[in-house]
Amino acid sequence: MTEVNYGNSPSADELRSMSPEEAMIAGAEVDGVHIVHRRERFPVRGSKAEKRAERAVAACFAIAGLAGVGFIVAFIAVPFHWHLPGTPQDFKYFTPAVGGTLALMLLFFGVGLVLWAKWLMPEEEVVQDRHDDPSKVEDQMMTEATLAVGLEDTGIRRRSVLLLSVLGAGGALATVPLVYLVGSLLKRPGTTLFHTMFQRNTKLFPQSKGMVPIVYSDWRQVSPDDLLPGGLATVFPGVRQPSEGYDGVHNASSPTLLIRLRPGQVVHPRKGQADFGWPKQNPQYIAFSKICTHAGCPASLYEQQTGRLLCPCHQSQFDVLSDAKPVFGPATRSLPKLPLEVLTGKDGRLYFYARSDYHEPIGPGFWERP
Amino acid sequence: MTTTSPVTNPPRRTQPRTPAGKMGKFVDDRLNVAGPLRKQLNKVFPDHWSFMMGEIALYSFIVLLLTGTFLTFFFDPSQTEVVYNGRYVPMQGIEMSRAYASTLDISFDVRGGLVIRQIHHWAALMFVAAMMIHMFRVFFTGAFRKPREFNWLIGLGLLALGIVEGFAGYSLPDDLLSGTGLRIADAIMLSIPVVGTWVSFLVFGGTFPGHIFLDRLYIAHVLLIPGIILALISAHLALVVRQKHSQFPGNGRTEHQVSGERVYPIYAAKAGGFFFIVFAALAALGAFAQINPIWLFGPYQPSQVSSGSQPDWYMMFLDGSTRLFPSWEIRLWGHTLPPLFWPTVVLPGILGAMAALYPFIEARMTRDYQHHNLLQRPRDVPVRTSLGLMAITFYVVLFLSGGNDIIAHVFDISLNAMTWGGRIALLILPPIAYAATYRICLGLQRHDREVLEHGIETGIIKVLPTGEYIEVHQPLGPTDDHGHGLLEYSGTPVPKRMNQLGVMSPVKLIRGFFYPVTEKPELQAAIDEADAAETSQRQHQLTE
Ligand code: HEM
Ligand code: FES
Repeated sequence: MTEVNYGNSPSADELRSMSPEEAMIAGAEVDGVHIVHRRERFPVRGSKAEKRAERAVAACFAIAGLAGVGFIVAFIAVPFHWHLPGTPQDFKYFTPAVGGTLALMLLFFGVGLVLWAKWLMPEEEVVQDRHDDPSKVEDQMMTEATLAVGLEDTGIRRRSVLLLSVLGAGGALATVPLVYLVGSLLKRPGTTLFHTMFQRNTKLFPQSKGMVPIVYSDWRQVSPDDLLPGGLATVFPGVRQPSEGYDGVHNASSPTLLIRLRPGQVVHPRKGQADFGWPKQNPQYIAFSKICTHAGCPASLYEQQTGRLLCPCHQSQFDVLSDAKPVFGPATRSLPKLPLEVLTGKDGRLYFYARSDYHEPIGPGFWERP
Repeated sequence: MTTTSPVTNPPRRTQPRTPAGKMGKFVDDRLNVAGPLRKQLNKVFPDHWSFMMGEIALYSFIVLLLTGTFLTFFFDPSQTEVVYNGRYVPMQGIEMSRAYASTLDISFDVRGGLVIRQIHHWAALMFVAAMMIHMFRVFFTGAFRKPREFNWLIGLGLLALGIVEGFAGYSLPDDLLSGTGLRIADAIMLSIPVVGTWVSFLVFGGTFPGHIFLDRLYIAHVLLIPGIILALISAHLALVVRQKHSQFPGNGRTEHQVSGERVYPIYAAKAGGFFFIVFAALAALGAFAQINPIWLFGPYQPSQVSSGSQPDWYMMFLDGSTRLFPSWEIRLWGHTLPPLFWPTVVLPGILGAMAALYPFIEARMTRDYQHHNLLQRPRDVPVRTSLGLMAITFYVVLFLSGGNDIIAHVFDISLNAMTWGGRIALLILPPIAYAATYRICLGLQRHDREVLEHGIETGIIKVLPTGEYIEVHQPLGPTDDHGHGLLEYSGTPVPKRMNQLGVMSPVKLIRGFFYPVTEKPELQAAIDEADAAETSQRQHQLTE
């Protein structure tokens, strides 16, 4: 920082003969701080007005102290264990009591400080010089020379081989940590985003020729009889192999909406998806990925009357009867449709299976997606 | 000096006698700080209510550090599934992550934990809000001009980091709301061309949500980002100290000085007191205003979402832009560029870049490369003020659209109408705001000049002998022969009403309301004397 000296600093002897206030003012002058105006709030000591102000500030601090005591009492004495509705709800007072006393303590301490400054400390009007012009030309010149000579001393400009090699090394030093970090964090996306756990798996499900059973979130298998006309259910691939990282119910790409149409509702299928529903002709049951193709929220609000599926995140709407084509909002692609199959279980009931995985990646779009 | 030189004691000075003096000498003998310390104690800060916004941001951040540290003693960012058996009965037996369970514990099993959790969340909202309003005040008063461009840029960095930090924070509890937010964040990463999937896999360590993400997010939230914020705040404040605070023009103020109060003791007492007041406000919010009741949302499950749940306010504008942006997807050569990319990556990028470049653009357009330490009144720079209001209008439309489902629900408007309304408003309201602000600024400028020339309207109507009615005007200063004021406009507020001429403190009016304050006669005499001396000194100064 530029040191600017204002006038002359008084000598030690001069200072000794000054009052503290004069010495303070002299010090301020040395720092370029000019006390233009300075006045006691209560120029006459001991007036009623002064005592009143002092009492008010002291009262603030006293209240702060009391609130602190109140806080400790509340913290220890007020019950805070949660209880079921219908039982005594006294725990409800804990948070307001503890937080309220804390706030009171802080508030009165703060107000006390501010009022102390405003009411009791002297009023002053002080002006400080600024020094934000660029440095003196002389300073600039000498610093520039210092930098230049230093650079010259390194000889870097003459020794071009040295320059190149040190630049190269610097580049390496900067890059290596980056490679280290990114390299260790990097994971190859591969084809992970292109399939879900509905993928056929003959190892796990030999009886159904690898077709994955469709289950509820509690792993019960889904049967056509479970749904009333117009009803719907969130279903999942029944793959449960947590040790290998397979968990159909908890996987984020799994959630699927199974819809039973009302009689008379006819689906206008997208190309190649005509036989994805069940039964294959005039399907009554159809299933779509629940993961919105916009940003991946579960599209979970179904309006029976209009056959529209609404995503609550950004209000995309999908027309179920047109194979979940987006009809409003920011989504651009239809919800992928799951090809359904129904097999008879050991108990003689019918159960849903996924004939194959979805035929396209589910969820939000990404660059590699065709 | 050689090693053989005899040990000499420093020359005898007057030895301090008081304990404080001895202490001071002890320190100064070792650190040699008397000079620099005095300089800092004497440093002058100007005062204006609008300068408090930056302070509020700073104090909220301190509150965040304090409460956040408390929370780390109890929070466990693990994604491991556990079965809840804490005190909140409705959740008992439910499978959830340790992160969610430990947040429930903080809310129900840790004594006083909920208050701290709520203060922490409120402080985060306040932090970002104060930063944003602080930015507006810096913008509209021209405080970003040379030499303060660095602080404008640091400030923008702080705002961006504050938003990221807040998002990271409310994503930690792993409740339904935070999981939904993260899923959208993942979709945003996926939408980036070419590297999107790689970025997403890098961040989540595989497909969303993976098993390691919360641990990473946690360390970012409690160490990485706060560390950077702390460093930037230090730089920000160091620059304010180095460059000294700007101030509004006024009586005798110039570009070359700053006037106000010294740090020690008055400014320090006021600022310290204000910290506690801000803390108190946050504590009161934490005590009485419920926020983020995660036990009502339930643990995160990819198949569930709660409708009508809103992100923290500072994310709403992104939510709004995402809702309004049309469904334009680009598919080229077997690649997809999802619509999500534009409103969530490109738009904030453009907004940030425009804000960052603004000081330099304005300097170039106005060819103003001077140092500026005196602030401007917004009305005196109509173009900048109008641009600012245009930007704010744009932001507000996005912000409101982020809650358009709630608005549609409350006012029974169709959602589709809300979306279209938002799209149209986004295009036409900002220019309207520009034009309207521009007009208003000019009007205010003109009115200032008028009052300076003709005086304040007193509300007194006079009938002239000719039968003409005129309103009596009170001139603000000396007038010429025609009764026209001679005062020039100087960038300071012009009084517009009579009672702005002699301000009477309301406190003074209340004091002595019930019974008059009577001092002892001899004291009263002394007070009157001091007042009289004061008044004559003032008048002397004025005439000088
Ligand atoms: C972590 C958040 C922030 C904190 C704690 C903070 C704190 C402060 C404080 C205490 C001051 C001095 C008092 C005042 O004028 O209010 C200040 C000044 C300043 N801030 Fe910030 N601020 C923050 C964010 C921002 C942002 C977002 C911007 C703008 C993009 C910004 C730009 C500035 C500028 C240009 C000054 C100098 C103003 C002047 O001297 O008149 N700051 N800041
Ligand atoms: S995630 Fe469904 S509309 Fe955005």
